[in-house]
Amino acid sequence: MEGLVAGITVFVLAIFVGFEVIQKVPPTLHTPLTSGSNAISGITMVGAIMSAGADDRMMTILGFVALVFATTNVVGGFLVTNRMLQMFKRKG
Amino acid sequence: MVALTNLAYLLSAVLFIFAFKGLAHPRTAVRGNQMGALGMLIAVVTTLFDKHILSFETIIGGVIVGGALGAILAIRVEMTAMPQLVALLNGFGGGASVFVAGAALLEAGVLSDAPPLQLAVATVLSGLIGSVTFWGSAVAFAKLQGIRWVTDLRFGGQHLINGLLLTAAIACAVPVIMDPTNVLFYWAVVAIAAVLGLLVVIPIGGADMPVVICLLNSYSGLAASMTGFALGNNGLIISGSLVGASGLILTKTMCKAMNRSMTNVLFGVMAGGVAADEDSVYAGKVKSTSPEEVAMLLDDVRRVVIVPGYGLAVSQAQHIVRDLTNLLEARGVVVEFGIHPVAGRMPGHMNVLLAEADIPYEKMIEMDAINPTMVETDVVIVIGANDVVNPSARTDPNSPIAGMPVIDVDKARTVIVVKRSLSPGFAGIPNPLFAAPNTLMLFGDGKKAMMDLVAAIKEG
Repeated sequence: MEGLVAGITVFVLAIFVGFEVIQKVPPTLHTPLTSGSNAISGITMVGAIMSAGADDRMMTILGFVALVFATTNVVGGFLVTNRMLQMFKRKG
Repeated sequence: MVALTNLAYLLSAVLFIFAFKGLAHPRTAVRGNQMGALGMLIAVVTTLFDKHILSFETIIGGVIVGGALGAILAIRVEMTAMPQLVALLNGFGGGASVFVAGAALLEAGVLSDAPPLQLAVATVLSGLIGSVTFWGSAVAFAKLQGIRWVTDLRFGGQHLINGLLLTAAIACAVPVIMDPTNVLFYWAVVAIAAVLGLLVVIPIGGADMPVVICLLNSYSGLAASMTGFALGNNGLIISGSLVGASGLILTKTMCKAMNRSMTNVLFGVMAGGVAADEDSVYAGKVKSTSPEEVAMLLDDVRRVVIVPGYGLAVSQAQHIVRDLTNLLEARGVVVEFGIHPVAGRMPGHMNVLLAEADIPYEKMIEMDAINPTMVETDVVIVIGANDVVNPSARTDPNSPIAGMPVIDVDKARTVIVVKRSLSPGFAGIPNPLFAAPNTLMLFGDGKKAMMDLVAAIKEG
């Protein structure tokens, strides 16, 4: 029970932090914000790695699929965000 | 060891927050993104040391396949296709959550230290949200990509069916929550949520895509957060909720810019109201112009504002618009870009296209900042935008778009509208701007018209 309450506490506080920080992002950067936050939601990679490395055949299969999805999300997200942000940086 | 692992995840989460902070300015944004990537690297490397991991073959395989796929997508995508890519990646995030949560159910204690009830509830939520995200994103991708058989399908009783599906999903969730070994019921929830995701996005039209993309972005974060609860991992909970918050803020911003509520967009209904009749708005009042005439007009101006819309992306006109800008600036003309928050198919879509064409971000001005300058603007050039410059939002209280904030281009001395025809925009209503005394219509494809204009200016 304590674990759950601690989890919910973290969840709620993080949402507030998110609101505070993200409100300062200017509209010009809203597309990189979307793709960058997308990459961060690929944090499920952590769970996917644990599952893919497990000793159970079914878990390994599920973990592999999840890992492909999550890694695509992470690598694609950060790279494409970087590509866009470099364009904004070029001039100005 | 467990404490050390958790501290490493905390470090990752802090780096993610710095990543978002960096995005507050184009100068610090690249660094911010790098910090985010570093945070992810730390989280991944930490996980590799987990004592439950027994073999690395599958992990290496998955990372290679996913990494290659992600890199190819990111490097090859055209800037105009950014909305599709983001939709696709959103979906992948949701899909990953579905499978991780499904794996966590298989053997309690390996993936998850969470108590059984928390594990079950969070897993079901993760599967539900993740599956809706995956299939909803798939539809959004198909629509943005212009795949023909995916149309804006509307039929009677759609909301009733969605309601029934949600009820069925909850009913299937109960056995899982009672006893987490009922794994098959989990996959039933996922399957029902898949249909729900398809049906929710199918009726939503192209111009509402910015809202859909933001919302799906938010869902992919929430799904990750729920997976965090299922695994009892604070790192996932924090990262997921940051993304959830980000998507939610953008969703709200987009809805405000369209003067519509979120339910209104999600249920695919336009506001009521009666649009003026097309014939009475346009009859005999629309003036057509030529690139040569516009070139002459631009001979003697001090301030020009360019207002881009989705048509700019479709015709890939951003580079030739940059040439026009350079040409005018070389003559001492001040050129700025007025950008409506929902111009394009995702938030900030226009800014990315203009940045790709080397237009500095200082010239991209938000709607609220550009509007007061309209009265002192000599010429406004509208390229491929329609509803976001429709003055009836301001002047006609009966209009379906009444009250929607628009860019007041009609207040400039002269307005040039580059457009293929007089066909209505997404709102399906005529635009009195096209018939205004100070408006000239330059009919044609955006890129072609701009090329002709640039040629005419160079000759003149």
